[in-house]
Amino acid sequence: MTLAVENVSLAQRLASISASLRGGEVTAICGPNGAGKSTLLACLAGLLVPDSGTVTLGAAPLSSLAPQARARAIGYLPQTPEIAWDVSVETLVSLGRLPWPGASGAEEIEQALAAMDLDALRQRPISRLSGGERARALMARVLACQPQWLLADEPLANLDLAHSARLVAEFRAQAAQGAGVVLVLHDLAQAMNHADRVMVLDGGKLVADGPPGEALSEAVIARVWGVKARWLGEPGAMALALPA
Amino acid sequence: MNRPVPLLLLGLLIALPLSLLAGRVWINPFDPHTANAAVILLQLRLPRAVLALCVGAGLGGAGAAMQGYLRNPLADPGLFGIAPGAALGAVLSLWLGAGSVWALPTFALIGAGGAMALLALIAGRDGGVALFTLAGMMIASLAGALMSLAISLSPTPFALSEIVTWLMGALADRSWRDVAIAAPLTLIGLAFLAATGRSLDALTLGEVAARSLGVDPRRLQWLMIAGVGLTVGAGVAVAGIIGFVGLMVPHLVRPFTDRRPGSILLPSALAGGLLLLVADCLCRIMPLAGGELRLGIALSLLGAPFFLALLLRMRKGLV
Repeated sequence: MTLAVENVSLAQRLASISASLRGGEVTAICGPNGAGKSTLLACLAGLLVPDSGTVTLGAAPLSSLAPQARARAIGYLPQTPEIAWDVSVETLVSLGRLPWPGASGAEEIEQALAAMDLDALRQRPISRLSGGERARALMARVLACQPQWLLADEPLANLDLAHSARLVAEFRAQAAQGAGVVLVLHDLAQAMNHADRVMVLDGGKLVADGPPGEALSEAVIARVWGVKARWLGEPGAMALALPA
Repeated sequence: MNRPVPLLLLGLLIALPLSLLAGRVWINPFDPHTANAAVILLQLRLPRAVLALCVGAGLGGAGAAMQGYLRNPLADPGLFGIAPGAALGAVLSLWLGAGSVWALPTFALIGAGGAMALLALIAGRDGGVALFTLAGMMIASLAGALMSLAISLSPTPFALSEIVTWLMGALADRSWRDVAIAAPLTLIGLAFLAATGRSLDALTLGEVAARSLGVDPRRLQWLMIAGVGLTVGAGVAVAGIIGFVGLMVPHLVRPFTDRRPGSILLPSALAGGLLLLVADCLCRIMPLAGGELRLGIALSLLGAPFFLALLLRMRKGLV
């Protein structure tokens, strides 16, 4: 199944962007501050309606889906998450099952807690978690829904090395099972290391789209970020050792 | 997880019959010779107790829903302007000296309905919470100003005294007619509020994440207008302004739940009913020269220190 944008424009934020994302791939959206990365992700999630152009999931326009059907298909982690009430980690993760009324979801919640290494913290109130632990709990909330598409805005930003590697492994596992993973990433090294495909945005325009080595070439980085930088690693390879 | 529900039901089961016995005339259930016992029980105390349960449940449920919707522990049903709208309707009925016993509740319900309609009209198409709340505050402020105007231009000292007394809120001298007005509207309103549970749970994560979880903000807004409007409007129509119940009750039950907004709706409704039943009973038996303590005053006297304690707890980051 594909998640595609066609000629999507949004006043002063996105200019005629077209791209077709495939399930089974990890796609990174990169670009400097204000490039429109989070805006594009919100359009892909169906949370922002473009002024012109269409967003389609499979053959159907995303806007034609009922909110609950869309929520089951597309999981979304916002960049600046908030948690209004001091719920426990387990309760927070269980909120991910809201698009599935009637289903117990106990198994999916357990899997999400385990994937984010939260078993020991499940009863702990959110107010007594560190920033990284909270970020893991919020990611587990998205995983608990088991959507076909995982859209996350800077999901690795607050994580330590081990948990960052663990989450990347989870993204890869989800992609291996056919899910589409779309990540907004600020850190180009992370995009190089973990993505199958990189989309580079600049000033609301899609300026490069392809395998990481091509989309984040020296020339593109120089043009978009105005920095002379070169990738020293091996494109596409995992730079981090993953836990067994 | 609704652990407090059985306890609250038990509390109601105990408090309801006891409240019927207490008052200026104490009724001994083992002495069948108390004068006018049947009339006092069936025509005075039972409707009053049922009304306390209705109004309290409506205010408690509406308060819990408001706090969940606004993601703010200080939110109160009055914030949407529906209670002031209903109060304005009632004040106008007293000001005009409308004679029928149905006039005051009818005017109050029209006031509540007007506030609901205005709220729906002003609120944005995208269902955003901030604009909606500001619209509610504007309506509350406008209704408050118009009430003050009505009071200042009061046609007779008698009307003035009636308005001021009514605004204090009470359940004294209510009948089955008031129950017939409040009970069905409150129940329908509570049903609307119950339907908001899952959406309010999702709002724990903020508006954007809630939408990503399938919440339709417009539908939620309509449910909130209808639910809060009916419960609060019906409550004000029969009992006047009774403050602080909607603010206090969710805080009292929250620690006994998993703290999801949806999980405190039912316990808040039950606890609101119980609180008002007990408070009204205490007002009735409290020895006070010149009549009984007005319920609205009693709850405000209780509510103000509670509010202060809440603010202090918030300062320490405990809420």
